[in-house]
Amino acid sequence: MIDRKRTKLMKGLAKHLLLGGLCLIYMVPLYSLLLASFRPGRDLLRYGITMQTLVPKGLDVRTFAGLYTIRDGIYFTWFSNSLVIMVAQTLLALFLSSFVAYGLSVYEFKGRKAITTLVIFLMLVPIQILILPLYRLMITIKLIDRFVGVFLPMVVSPFAIFFFKQYISGLPRDLIDAGRVDGLSEYGIFFRIIVPIMPPAFSAMAIFMSMQSWNNFLWPLIVLRSGHKFTLPIGLNTLLTPYGSNYDLLIMGALAATLPIIIVFIFFQRFFIAGLTSGGVKG
Amino acid sequence: MLTKSKLNAFKIAPYVFILPFILSFLIFYLYPIINTLIMSFQQVYPGQVEFIGMKNYQKLNNPEFKVAVKNSLRYTVYTIALLIPIPLLLAVLLNTGKRHYNTLYRSILYIPSLVSIVVAGTVMRLLFASSSRSVVNTVVGVLGVQPRQWLLAGPHQAMILLLILALWRWVGVNIIYFLSGLQNIPDELYEAADIDGASTLQKLWRVTIPLLKPTTIFVTTISIFGGFAMFEESFILWAGKPSPNNVGLTIVGHLYNKGFQEGEMGMASTIGIVLLIIVFFLSISFLKIFGFFKDEGKR
Repeated sequence: MIDRKRTKLMKGLAKHLLLGGLCLIYMVPLYSLLLASFRPGRDLLRYGITMQTLVPKGLDVRTFAGLYTIRDGIYFTWFSNSLVIMVAQTLLALFLSSFVAYGLSVYEFKGRKAITTLVIFLMLVPIQILILPLYRLMITIKLIDRFVGVFLPMVVSPFAIFFFKQYISGLPRDLIDAGRVDGLSEYGIFFRIIVPIMPPAFSAMAIFMSMQSWNNFLWPLIVLRSGHKFTLPIGLNTLLTPYGSNYDLLIMGALAATLPIIIVFIFFQRFFIAGLTSGGVKG
Repeated sequence: MLTKSKLNAFKIAPYVFILPFILSFLIFYLYPIINTLIMSFQQVYPGQVEFIGMKNYQKLNNPEFKVAVKNSLRYTVYTIALLIPIPLLLAVLLNTGKRHYNTLYRSILYIPSLVSIVVAGTVMRLLFASSSRSVVNTVVGVLGVQPRQWLLAGPHQAMILLLILALWRWVGVNIIYFLSGLQNIPDELYEAADIDGASTLQKLWRVTIPLLKPTTIFVTTISIFGGFAMFEESFILWAGKPSPNNVGLTIVGHLYNKGFQEGEMGMASTIGIVLLIIVFFLSISFLKIFGFFKDEGKR
């Protein structure tokens, strides 16, 4: 009896040692980023992040005034560009994707099976594969170097359609029938009955899609041309060229771009997880 | 009259609902793909287009493209070899014991996936900096290894860096997939195994792993897609410049260079089409395995 208790204790200890150690290693990059953002950029350029960087000493919050002063505060232009694109993309994507999902989950119609298969198929295709044809299209329809060009191809998201379809299929059918009895049109049912009960699904997808938009790199890199239109990742990327003064802004900017996401994650963890697992494997 | 228009609305409504998807598919997927297919048989100069048949495809037989395919393939195989078993075992560990700690561990391992690739790549560059004082060179120095220029040292170091970055970013995500798969395994199966006197290892091998098969197939599939689509990681690690001897060049990277740096649209289209064919083939196999083509999806 005591023996069994002891092996159980040992097993628990081994688990915590393993996972605790792993978590410590996993925190090194972000911890480094936090402390490096207080150090002069030219040191980072010359030596990289050193052991001395990781000692929390002489940290002065006033360093971050650099975000305002370096290059006339272009950082905040990038920040607000990212914000505008993120909000526009997320709102449009929530509306359009749930609209499509409603049609796919409520009606029996010709071609439904084929469309559903197509949605699942497109869910798997990474954007990287389509950049070239999409880029050519953007030139044709004159959306290069415009915010609309950055988010328009993403607003009907196969992933979000799939997610909302799962959610709507789980709602009671009586709701829809009741709407019909009350004389609502098919669209009225969607807007007046279904949309008001979807906030749980909307929040999960909103968080998931905002984060994707915020971090999106390759597509904005191709669409955006002028410096004052850049999003945060694209702007930060231009600072990777080796000059000491760039590194000041690069490392502070990197931290300031990352902190909001981590704070949102800490408060809305369950939405992140829900958004992630729905697209996959309930089976 | 009223009922007739109502009936019509009922017939038309589904198509109105799915219209945004149809439009988006036609405009942002189908049209560009057909356009690229046509261009892959062309030589495209500014303002002038010439049909050159299969010449672009024949030109694929060059060392640069082969390196790109080899790197993408190697990266995909290695990421699968690492990013399936490790998260699976960690998920099994996280599925036992106190919830409190497990949530904390899970969150810490998941957070890296929320970090932009630009930020993650920049920090990696600085941690692996060439200076003998950089964190990684100091740590390997303690272990008796000479400091080295990780980013410039050669194909093995380059691959190791890319894999470390992939491990840091994706372990947490795959853990969550496996955890959600584990939740679907009925407890009775483990109870039955206990009654039969199965050891922990036997339970893992005979119950957990077989029943996680759908999750494993799903994670494998997204890893294949992710692996073949990899570009941003190496773009940031080498700061947008070609890596020495193309150690970090991938298929998408090659496409990007040809199309966006050298302006060879025809050639870039050809690379894009080859990539699409690979991905198309892989996803059809995926859908077949999951039985999406059967009438009722029995899995």
